[in-house]
Amino acid sequence: MSKFNKKKGAGDVPAVNTASLPDIVFMLLFFFMTVTVMKDSTVKVENQLPNANEIKKLEKKDRVITIYVGAPTREYQKVFGTEPKIQLNDKFANASDVGDFILMERAKKPQELQNVLTTSLKVDRNANMGLISDIKEELRKVNALKVNYTTYEGDAFMNIKQ
Amino acid sequence: MPRRAGAPEVNAGSMADIAFLLLIFFLVTTTIETDAGLDRMLPPIEPPETDVVIKQKNIFQVNINKNGQLLADGELIQLVQLREKAKEFLENNGDGTCAYCSQGKKDPSSSDNPTKAIISLKNDRETKYGTYITVQNELVGAYNDLRNREAMRLYKRKFTDMEAEYLKQETSATTKERLKEELTRIQDMFPQKLSEAETSSSTATAGN
Repeated sequence: MSKFNKKKGAGDVPAVNTASLPDIVFMLLFFFMTVTVMKDSTVKVENQLPNANEIKKLEKKDRVITIYVGAPTREYQKVFGTEPKIQLNDKFANASDVGDFILMERAKKPQELQNVLTTSLKVDRNANMGLISDIKEELRKVNALKVNYTTYEGDAFMNIKQ
Repeated sequence: MPRRAGAPEVNAGSMADIAFLLLIFFLVTTTIETDAGLDRMLPPIEPPETDVVIKQKNIFQVNINKNGQLLADGELIQLVQLREKAKEFLENNGDGTCAYCSQGKKDPSSSDNPTKAIISLKNDRETKYGTYITVQNELVGAYNDLRNREAMRLYKRKFTDMEAEYLKQETSATTKERLKEELTRIQDMFPQKLSEAETSSSTATAGN
């Protein structure tokens, strides 16, 4: 005991008890572990979404099928050109493939969700409507009528400038 | 002092370090983002069996050309004016049957009442997506403005807030039940009839 007393005598502040530190850190760890969603596909197209303010949140992630549209990013431009393209999962595709893609994705979902799926269209603001119309036509063919034009929150008039 | 029997305690001092390492990994990979956007329903592919005759005055035609110019009901207008124009059209109340259209102008050449009023949106194949979204946003905004106004009058809160609460997973079943009833009532007052015609084919032939 006398060994410890010697140190105290120097007038030091006692060391902070760090025994609960692992508990706190673990708590944070579990929080982040549960909220983490790993990205399942890399976006290979320019994807600067337009702004809008009358938006609704897409609450349930498991009920969403995403379609990306935009000009290929620089590393893919040599092969695929600079015209806006559709990206399904990890591949570039044509508008005619959208129907099959939706049917395939729908088949992967559990039975009770198959009728409540939403298609999220993540389209670059500089894409042309022609391509979007083709996609919409395909979606109508496979009866995937619920769409969400995914946007950033912001002033919608920002889209026209630039 | 004689040593007590039993296994020595494991040193847990490095536990915090390990946990920190994992924590930092998940911190870096986490993206807490919920996507948001404009919800729309596409029309089903099969045409309705009976051809409904819609009076021309009940249709608000919005055309966007490839330069992003806007033609609403035959008038060239700016995008900022669109919301007001659409609201004016929706609650025009031409036949006087709409009791809650407080600001209706009762113009006989515009829509009869909100349940009959249809907004038709047409765009060119070369219209920019950004412009299209802005127009969609303004039209949805026109409906939301009117619905918010009625919800404020009837339930003292905004329609959009009620809808957001209804869509949340945390909301209890009883609250949802009540909200749904109120939402349906307001939706019936201003039903969202936004038709999207197929893109004009005139430029499709010109483009090819």
